[in-house]
Amino acid sequence: MKKLLANWGQYPALEANELSFRTPAEAAQIVASEEQLIARGAGRCYGDASLAATVLSTLQYNKIRAFDKQQGIFDCQAGITLDEVLEVILPWGWFLPVTPGTKFITVGGAVASDVHGKNHHSDGSFCQHVEVLEVLTASGQVLRCSPYENTTLFETTCGGMGLSGIITRVRFRLKKIETAYIRQTQQKAANLEQIFRLFEENRQATYSVAWIDCLQKGRHLGRSILMLGEHARVDELPQKFRKDPLQIREKKKLSVPFNLPAFTLNSYSIKAFNWAFYHKLRAQQRTDLTDYDTYFYPLDFVHHWNRMYGKRGFVQYQFVLPLAGSYEGLRQILEKISQKGMGSFLAVLKLFGPQAGLLSFPMEGYTLALDFPVRPDLFPFLDELDDTVHRLGGRIYLSKDARMKPEKFLQGYARANEFLDKLQQLDPAQKFVSLQRKRLHLST
Amino acid sequence: MNYILLLGATSDMAFATAKEFAKRGWGLLLAARNQEQLAVLKTDLEARYEVPVYALPFEARQFSSHEAFLAGLPHQPLVTALFFGYLGDQQKAQDDWQESSRIIEANYTGAVSILNLVARQYEQQKQGAIIGVSSVAGERGRKSNYLYGSAKAGLTAYLSGLRNRLQASGVPVITIKPGFVATRMTEHLNLPKPLTASPRQVAEAIYKAYQKKKNVVYVLPVWRLIMQNIRMIPEPVFKKMNL
Ligand SMILES: Cc1cc2nc3c(=O)[nH]c(=O)nc-3n(C[C@H](O)[C@H](O)[C@H](O)COP(=O)(O)OP(=O)(O)OC[C@H]3O[C@@H](n4cnc5c(N)ncnc54)[C@H](O)[C@@H]3O)c2cc1C
Ligand SMILES: NC(=O)c1ccc[n+]([C@@H]2O[C@H](COP(=O)([O-])OP(=O)(O)OC[C@H]3O[C@@H](n4cnc5c(N)ncnc54)[C@H](OP(=O)(O)O)[C@@H]3O)[C@@H](O)[C@H]2O)c1
Repeated sequence: MKKLLANWGQYPALEANELSFRTPAEAAQIVASEEQLIARGAGRCYGDASLAATVLSTLQYNKIRAFDKQQGIFDCQAGITLDEVLEVILPWGWFLPVTPGTKFITVGGAVASDVHGKNHHSDGSFCQHVEVLEVLTASGQVLRCSPYENTTLFETTCGGMGLSGIITRVRFRLKKIETAYIRQTQQKAANLEQIFRLFEENRQATYSVAWIDCLQKGRHLGRSILMLGEHARVDELPQKFRKDPLQIREKKKLSVPFNLPAFTLNSYSIKAFNWAFYHKLRAQQRTDLTDYDTYFYPLDFVHHWNRMYGKRGFVQYQFVLPLAGSYEGLRQILEKISQKGMGSFLAVLKLFGPQAGLLSFPMEGYTLALDFPVRPDLFPFLDELDDTVHRLGGRIYLSKDARMKPEKFLQGYARANEFLDKLQQLDPAQKFVSLQRKRLHLST
Repeated sequence: MNYILLLGATSDMAFATAKEFAKRGWGLLLAARNQEQLAVLKTDLEARYEVPVYALPFEARQFSSHEAFLAGLPHQPLVTALFFGYLGDQQKAQDDWQESSRIIEANYTGAVSILNLVARQYEQQKQGAIIGVSSVAGERGRKSNYLYGSAKAGLTAYLSGLRNRLQASGVPVITIKPGFVATRMTEHLNLPKPLTASPRQVAEAIYKAYQKKKNVVYVLPVWRLIMQNIRMIPEPVFKKMNL
């Protein structure tokens, strides 16, 4: 059916034909009859990765194939969303091995973007926990692959942004937990130097991420709050939670009902918000207990928060810098942002661990993710930031990108040509093509 | 343990309804034509809920098989919910009796055939509940889908009469009128969002209707209003409308 489609950033949008399937046979029939298409999960990537004139939605292909409650292995059709997975696994004392900052994505999307979470430095990215995939390829066949079997297909599918085909099945390992709660420690950092030191000192923490105020200047540049987390054990819970340690009470959801006028979000409102956030934490350090939902998915409590940026939409800009250049690069970029007054409501800083993979985004070093409302001078400004990022050997996250130039992609992803060669073998006629693939000229 | 029998269990609404009942501890009797897809649904439901799930072959248009189907159920269902239905192709059906009869049988006669038998049992036992998914399309015939509409009109009238009869035996009969629902049946249509329910909303409405022993339920309340207005349009005007 024809409809106007856009991903989470609401930019870009296009009139597209959206198809869907409930059985592998239906999917195979569509892939055979469409000349070009791309898989689309929950549309939670920010930019144009799951957009094309024809998209194949996986959302109806969302059934559980098996859940091994003893071993903690989950086997599912790729269109199931993480929130549904959590609903099933949590009561049995299992958790997602890796989760992004929203639970409203599909498992297929988690594989295609090889998503990372707050535990990247300790547990790696999502695909490191995948045992088996099945992919409907351009040949029309559903092929099984794993780290040991059909490895070319496996490597091009993990982090491959849907270009190797339609992921239909994912089997992955879960993480054992005792409770649904997280022991969270927050620590204030007055500037960039301090937050770097805190990250280094806390490499043993399971989860770590910092919220950073990117409108600060001078000696306050990089002012931030580090948030560490550990899965709480039963004996760490208050008595009243111990009876049902894997249960949390449901909370009320909020919703932004329609697009707010763009002027409500300006550098004044952002400054006020950031000030309040930093000063709410009175002590230098504080530890408390929060439920997993609040800890991992604070944004999910406000449905459609993306509409807050108004009709023109926004882009999320996430880059990573190699460890060696991280400090200098971040200093330069934060200075540029605060000079331009291009404040971002949500700015998140994290130290990644090492990462393998052809197109996977993480690398050992610091990553920063920012939201910018779309306005006329934004794209030239981001091109400028791109120059700094790539000069220092960094790269931009494809799953959030909507505007990067093709040459930057090749510069940032050192194994891009290897990826493209393998893709050429799998899909010589280029059947799986997204707007992003076209924009970045991803072909051999 | 209580069991619910879902007829046409591969329907998106039926699957959502199975979840609503299973999460409250009901055992599931899933009946449908497509055994391969039924097995997929069974596996999914077993993984989600700790309840017994049975997959049973059922064809609504094979009237003669219905008696044996019911006799062969592994458990006696306390609730029987009927979901099967077929939108069909109105244009084609006008000139093709095969298609017409498929629409009539999948929406009306098939339902009569199986529910006659269920009703007899529930009446004798003075226990049970029947839920039938009909449609607002049955409230007034339109040129774009009056074959489907007339079959659903038959179903609605049948359920109404059955409710009247079983009232004395304390067996509720609930008619569900979903309005537009985003399912496989309507995937190719461009439905107006505010008037379109999700299968899950339908399922929640069904569970609530069962609990409260409702008679006729419009899933989205706005549809009751819309249909009131549509029924009020005088026939001389209605027949000229492009619907
Ligand atoms: C609030 C928010 C927070 C986020 N936080 C993080 C984070 O912390 N870490 C992180 O890594 N990401 C994060 N993301 C990004 C998000 O996790 C990824 O973009 C993810 O891929 C989205 O999955 P999806 O199901 O919505 O897929 P879509 O957005 O629809 O598609 C994303 C890509 O996956 C491909 N794809 C989807 N399904 C399939 C399939 N079955 N077969 C083949 N290809 C497929 C698409 O073609 C496309 O290239 C966040 C996003 C939001 C909105
Ligand atoms: N979607 C709407 O907007 C809407 C609105 C009002 C009413 N309804 C009614 O709601 C009910 C459920 O439909 P849905 O929307 O969930 O669509 P659906 O997913 O297409 O479900 C229809 C189901 O009916 C089954 N069926 C058709 N013919 C059958 C037969 N001869 N024997 C056995 N099963 C048969 C189909 O089985 P197979 O899988 O084997 O084909 C399918 O599972 C239907 O009665 C429909 O008419 C739908």
